[in-house]
Order: sequence, then structure tokens, then C-alpha cells
Amino acid sequence: MSNQWLLILGANSDIAVETAHQFAKNNWNLLLASRNLSNLNKVASDIQIKHQVRVKTFGFDATDFAKHESFYKKLPHKPDGVLLAFGYLGDQEIAQKDFRETRKIMEANYNGAVRISEIIANDFSQRNAGFIAGVSSVAGERGRQMNYIYGSAKAGFTAYLSGLRQRLFKNNVHVMTIKPGFVQTKMTIDRDLPDLLTASPQKVGKAIYRGVIKRKNVIYVYPIWRLIMLIIRFIPEPVFKRLKL
Amino acid sequence: MKISGWGRYPVIDSEIYEYRTDKQPFDSIDGGKPLIAFGNGRSYGDSALSEKVLRMRPANRMLKFDEISGTLTCEAGVLLSEILETFLPRGWFLKITPGTKKVTVGGAIASDVHGKNHHLDGAFSESVEKLQLMLPNGTVKTCSRTENSELFHATCGGMGLTGIILEATINLKKVESNTITQHTIKTASLPETFQVFEEYHDMPYSVAWVDCAASGDSLGRSLLNIGRFKKDGNFGYKAAYKLNIPVQFPGFVLNNGSIKAFNQIYYNKTRKKAKPRDVSVDSFFYPLDSIQNWNRLYGGKGPLQYQFVLPKKASLDGIMQILQFLQKNELYSALGVLKLFGKENPNLLSFPMEGYTLALDFKITSTLLTVLDELDQIVSELGGRIYLAKDCRMSQEIFEIGYPEAEQFRTIRKKYGMDSVFHSLQSKRLNL
Repeated sequence: MSNQWLLILGANSDIAVETAHQFAKNNWNLLLASRNLSNLNKVASDIQIKHQVRVKTFGFDATDFAKHESFYKKLPHKPDGVLLAFGYLGDQEIAQKDFRETRKIMEANYNGAVRISEIIANDFSQRNAGFIAGVSSVAGERGRQMNYIYGSAKAGFTAYLSGLRQRLFKNNVHVMTIKPGFVQTKMTIDRDLPDLLTASPQKVGKAIYRGVIKRKNVIYVYPIWRLIMLIIRFIPEPVFKRLKL
Repeated sequence: MKISGWGRYPVIDSEIYEYRTDKQPFDSIDGGKPLIAFGNGRSYGDSALSEKVLRMRPANRMLKFDEISGTLTCEAGVLLSEILETFLPRGWFLKITPGTKKVTVGGAIASDVHGKNHHLDGAFSESVEKLQLMLPNGTVKTCSRTENSELFHATCGGMGLTGIILEATINLKKVESNTITQHTIKTASLPETFQVFEEYHDMPYSVAWVDCAASGDSLGRSLLNIGRFKKDGNFGYKAAYKLNIPVQFPGFVLNNGSIKAFNQIYYNKTRKKAKPRDVSVDSFFYPLDSIQNWNRLYGGKGPLQYQFVLPKKASLDGIMQILQFLQKNELYSALGVLKLFGKENPNLLSFPMEGYTLALDFKITSTLLTVLDELDQIVSELGGRIYLAKDCRMSQEIFEIGYPEAEQFRTIRKKYGMDSVFHSLQSKRLNL
């Protein structure tokens, strides 16, 4: 067990940090990658001290596509699993007026994720082993006026993971899609979220670990979200377009 | 957002900042409104309440640990319980621990908390090697006994009024098991209680529960708990089962009748010659932590904690006098906790001085505050002082008498401009 390495991309996110702790607790070593190395190094030492596993940190920018290939090649250990945890919520209203914001949302949530996943997928399929877990969003299940740019990028990512899952199934590579629902994170700190539907990052981390071990395909952290999204998907378009949600 | 301390009084509306990135403490000191760092909300009174608070709990990472010396560097929002979960299974324990492990390292430093081994090992600051302090202008200074020592001695016990404690380096101590061998000694009076404290002075941990309802010849009868770590090499720290108080109890549940009955039963359940027994670290050091939200037992508000210390010479007569005074005023505390302190340290506002300290908790009633004002006078006349981490009501006059270095503390505050940024309701009340 202790020779397994998990690569986490976007490892500074609250969900990523908690997931890292869960894996480390279960004796996984970690390759943590993110843009903000000064914070990441603190995350790494914390995990190292608490769980006594090996942790290494790397700079990684999801939107710097040109560097993805060499980033992956230079990793000192080939990962046995990957968590894609980076993402950019952005601001819908700004994005409607400013394409730079729109582009940032699309590139961080979709292009970047696809670019690096393909590199990893090619490696894993050759090795006939590994898993890829991607943090997508319930926002990707149906576009809504309040966040459809982010939602559509995540929708693309969800569809991508679904296709990748089919492709890699025969290679014994497992692909898992995570749709956390509301989570109390630094990304959502200013929003007033309903308690019963809102998971803590710890809960999400545990769910991701369990999901990977049980080789789940799509996980929602709280099962109620599966039902909520089912209902939302079934609302007829003529009705849906008149709704405020 | 509405916030309060552990005593749930007072409650104030406050602007909340969270320490999640390096930039946030810096942002929070900007903008004029008085600010104070807020740890895990376990100080009882108003010392961590202000118009603006910086929540420190998100900064809870351990940054460095030396397996040989047991030196840990961590962010200030790390809880003592997190340190125990990580290190007790590896044979390390806190050098100094208060009666709850649900406090942050930063909070423990700011209140310079004490524990059952104060008579030998001193207050929490004794385990602090150095700390990183953010000053009002946003610069970060390393403070220790040798580097910026003036800031160090003002910050340890300084109630968060010198800046934001960002990180600390503390020393853990090696222990040989996670079990405490505990003796309970039953005493019949306060003089006997004091005698037993002195007799067992060399034992690392000691504390007494005082039956505050006993009077006459039995005044101050106690159960003394004396303990030391067992040396059987057995580890494997397990968090104990937690009882939760899910809702607030109606205020009448704890009343003089029930408190007196509780004291009576609690005292009598222990036999005179009790055998030593082995107990877990949790049950010995943190009995109340096993009941989550135990403060709700006290109804809508409270408990109001009152803790004072008297100089050793005045302690015996002083505490007798105070117990009688409380009984005369029909004030009974369910948890009267008595403890012998060792030498005073050079920190400007640290609470402990050599002598006996008594902690009491009261239900908040209409007459309580007036009686406590009188109690303040008695403590003051006896040369004692009141613990800032549990205070929400002491007057400036009483404070000045108890804390003779207050003026020096003010001078430092002025010198660094701390008095124009860092304030709590307490510091305003005490004109710090």
C-alpha cells in the first residue's frame, strides 16, 4: 500500500486538501500540484507530519497547456491515481460582459482538464492500471442563468469524463466523476447555502476516497442531490426557461 | 454575524474575516474598525469579541516537527486536540495543557493558559519557543525570549492585543504511555486540602474540586486529584465517546437546590481511602470535553466563570473568607476548582502568580453581577487578580490593582500602534 502515489492537480482547493488527507491516512504518498506553491508547501508539511507519508509539491497551471506534457513527464513517480480538483467558478455577470472572464472559466474548467487528462489517460492505458477522478459539478447538469458559463464548462467536463470512462474501461483504468453539490469552501464562503444540502470539504474528501476504492462511476456526496438534479433535468424547457432558479 | 464567547454572554454582531490565505490577516487589519483574532471561541468572556474578528481556525496546518526534540511549528489555528491526535500515539504530549483541548495554539498563547502542573512547569508560554506576530502595519516579527523579547512577553498572556499570532513553535514532552495513574484524596476541610497540595507538591499533576456548599467545619472540603503518567509504554490514543447537549437546558434546571445536592453527592461518592486507578488522558485532563456544548446546561446564558488567584500567604484565609462570602450571598458553584500555582512568569499580563487559584462557575442571575463586584473588592484587597480569559465584567480599577504591569503593556501598545487596531470589548472596558 505504501508505495502508491496519488497525483492531485489543483491541490490547494479545500476539497483537494481533505481528499489528500484521506488518502494519506490510508498510506498513500502524494504528488501535490497547484499554482500557489507557498500555500501548497504548508498543506504538504501538514500531511507529512500528521500521516507520515511522502509528499512532494509541484507548480502546475491548468491553463498553461504548453507545459502539461513536460510537467507530467518530469514527475518523479508515476502516479497510481489522479484527482483533478482544479476549477474556476468565476463571475457570471462579469463573464457576460467580458470574454476574458468567460475564457478563463472555460479554459480552467474544461480545456485545461481535458488537456492534462488526455496525457494521463495515454499513460494509464499503456500501463493498464490507475484511476482518474475528476471534480465536476451539479451545475453542469442543466444550464441555468445564474452560472451557465461555468455550468456549460463543467457539463463539457462531465461528458468528457463519461467518454473517457468508456474508452479506458477495457484498459482496467477507472474513471470517476464527482458532483459534490454545495460545499462550504473558500470558493463559496460568501454565499448563504442551505445547511442540509451543503457538505463539508471533509465529507467530500471521504466520499471521494470511498468512491475510488469501490470504483464508483459517478458520485454525489449527498444522495439527495441525485434526486434534485433528476427533477431539475426533467422540468420541460418551456417551463424551465420561465423559472428564476 | 452574531458571536459570543464560551459563556455565551455577551453576544455581539461582528464582521467576520477568515484566515485562509496569507493575505487575509493583512486585509483584516486594514480599514480602521477594531479587530481581534478569534480562535475556537473557548474563552468565556469578551476577550475575543470585537466589531471585527479574524477567525484563525482555518489556519490549522502543522509546518514542521522535529522527531528528536519534539519541537512543533504550526499555524496558530491548530487545536490542542489535533496535536494530541497526531502526537500522543507517537509518545508526545503537551508540556502544558488547560482543562480543555478544544483551544487553538494561538489562543493558548494569548491567554497564557495553565494546567494541573503549573506548580512545577508554569503556564503555556513555557512551552513556546517562538512565535510569528503580525503587527498593525502588516510586518511579521519573530518573537522569542531572545529575539524581540519585549513583544514576546507582551504577547504571551496579551489577550491578542499585540497583533495576530500567525505561527508558533512549541515544545512537546515525551511521555511513556497515554494513561494517567490517578489518586483521589478526600479532605474534610480547606486547611487539610492545602496541606495535601503541599504534601504532593512533587507530583506532576494536581487539582482539587471543592464542595462549595459545605459550611462550618467542613468549609472547603475537597476531592484532590493527583496524577502522573503511567510508564507502561502503552499508546494508541482513542478519542472518547462524546455526549452532546443538543439543546439549551431550561434555566431552572441548575439552581441552588440542585447544585447543593450535586456537591453533596459528588463529595460523598468518593470513599475516604480510594485506591489509585488508571484513567485516560481525556478523562484526567479534559473531563468536560466529553460533553459537547456543556455550556448549554446553564440555560440561555452562561456559565459565567469567575477565576481568581491569591498570593500564597493570603490564600488560606482568603479562600475561606470568599467561600463564606459566597454562601452568605447564596451563590453556589457546581464546579469549584482549586489549584496551587507555582512561580509567576515575566509576561506582562499573565494570570498565574504563586498562590492558590479558585475557579467558579455561576448561572447568570439578576443579583450575580452585584455580588461579583463585591467579590472583586475582596480579591483585590487580598492582593489577588482575576483571570482575563474568563472575564467579561471586571472594572478597570480592579484590573489595575491585579495587574501591576498594565501600564507597561499600554506603553508597548502605543509604541507599535497596536492600540489603534487591536481591540476587544474587554480591552475597551479595561482601557488597554
